[in-house]
Amino acid sequence: MQYHRTKPHASIIASRFLIYAALGILAITILVPLLWVFMASFKQNSEFYGNPWTLPQGLYLQNYADAWTKARMGDFMLNSALTTAMALGMLLIFALPASYVLSRFRFRLRKLMNISFMGGLFINVNYIVVPIFLMLVAGDKQLRAWGANPFFLNNLFVLALVYAATALPFTIYLLSGYFATLPIAYEEAAYIDGATYLTTMVRVMFPLALPAIITVILFNFLSFWNEYIIAMTLLSSYSGPKTLPVGLMYLTKAQNARSEFGQMYAGLVLVMLPTLILYMLVQRKLTQGMALGGLKG
Amino acid sequence: MDKQKGRGWFIFWCAAPAFLLFIVFMVIPTFNIFRMSLYKWGGFSARRTFIGLDNFRTLFADMKFLQSFQNTVLLIVVVSVITIALALGYAAVLSRVKFKGQNFFRIVFYIPNILSIVIISAVFSAIYDANNGLLNAILSLFKGEGAEPVYWLGNQSVIIYSLAGAMIWQAVGYYMVMYMASMAAIPESLYESAGLEGANGLTQFFHITLPLIWTNLRTTLTFFIISSINMSFMFVKVMTDGGPDGSTEVFLSYMYKQAYTNSTYGYGMAIGVVIFLFSFALSGIVNLVTRREALEV
Repeated sequence: MQYHRTKPHASIIASRFLIYAALGILAITILVPLLWVFMASFKQNSEFYGNPWTLPQGLYLQNYADAWTKARMGDFMLNSALTTAMALGMLLIFALPASYVLSRFRFRLRKLMNISFMGGLFINVNYIVVPIFLMLVAGDKQLRAWGANPFFLNNLFVLALVYAATALPFTIYLLSGYFATLPIAYEEAAYIDGATYLTTMVRVMFPLALPAIITVILFNFLSFWNEYIIAMTLLSSYSGPKTLPVGLMYLTKAQNARSEFGQMYAGLVLVMLPTLILYMLVQRKLTQGMALGGLKG
Repeated sequence: MDKQKGRGWFIFWCAAPAFLLFIVFMVIPTFNIFRMSLYKWGGFSARRTFIGLDNFRTLFADMKFLQSFQNTVLLIVVVSVITIALALGYAAVLSRVKFKGQNFFRIVFYIPNILSIVIISAVFSAIYDANNGLLNAILSLFKGEGAEPVYWLGNQSVIIYSLAGAMIWQAVGYYMVMYMASMAAIPESLYESAGLEGANGLTQFFHITLPLIWTNLRTTLTFFIISSINMSFMFVKVMTDGGPDGSTEVFLSYMYKQAYTNSTYGYGMAIGVVIFLFSFALSGIVNLVTRREALEV
């Protein structure tokens, strides 16, 4: 330990050993199940009966081909990518200007809006998923009554809109907190040069907020990509589009009945891989972002 | 800031769209939970009849609901106590003691937090599998071949703890990173002088670290309650679907079953109201009980 600069005592060596053992145990508990999934994704179905520790006999890539086409994971991945991208885009379009004016301008409803968004931090989306569903059902019913096609359910765009809307409180909290730390001199200089409010916001302030924007994108990418309760509820039609986690959930349930283990593990890897790769690239940013943004429930 | 023309419109177009979206997809659904709980509205008939608090009377006589209540409370207590203890311990070690590979451990411990709950549930279902699972394979090393397998997901008195295990696995890293962030703000000089006075690591933890991050700890507790209620639902939905025989039914999974699967919306929303009130009341109580004089550095 760093605050003992004298010769290492036996007790210090012992405590150091204990610390490494404790860290090692947790690391193993986290890594072993994941490595096991990777390993199992290369096994043939017959290999799943018996000792789960045996290594795969070969790289049975057919699992991935089956998951991709037979279990439609390829389609689902495209759906997930589309939904996540749309949701992130809409979220930024709505949240950035709102966060900016909420942190910089004084106007009549500002306080009410700030309090409402703060309160929104405490509403978990899964608490309100059924009323959202019922609202969309009513919308579709109305459209049918007007002779139009139903639009709101089984629609990736609407799903993305719900994602964006329910991510607003956290995103605005984080972004407006960041805008508040930026010095006002930037805007004053821009106004003196004759820039409008809009130009100043888009050309000067948004680029300055880039670190916070990246944090927001990272956190929301993970939560949109991984989300499945809302997706499962709003994309309820059997033949309609599904996102990757929802497809995976049906695959795990089907797996129990049909014993297609290899396919299921390949599916797990397919869902896991994009987030793991992203995490390896940006892990420092992510854990620092947590210190910046504080909490997310 | 000198005022330009069109300041009001600028603010309006920036803030109003986000606020409108927030109202439509978060405020109105929340309000609807409370309103619909007063109606008898079920199944395939579109008729709604106002029945006052009747849904709540039925609810508190509903044994299945009471069981889900009990399971939720059990999970909140078990999961939060163990997770916070582990997270605090590991955070203290990782932020106080300098050693090689620190970054590696921080990266690994955060991994569960970036994975979809579907993946974690599927992985743990495989680990807990009675015949081909990892856990029984490990246990049989100690108990010898041919020992009676433990039915981690089949035994009604074990399964809730199996669920808790998966939830703890998921949450430890997240809270650890959060506590590390607040521990990083504690000045080194405090530990140095404590070290000179001869206080060991454990004493330092209880007399310096814990009091100084207490405010942060309290905040995480509040979020922990809301998040445990939510997480337990997400795990249950994939791993057990409430079974066997309601032994893992939790608040939100029971609400979802009533309101979405059985289409008894009014009754389901009454459960939603209880969940809302329960989580706010519990957060309030925890907040009160943990109140201490704030310590300033």
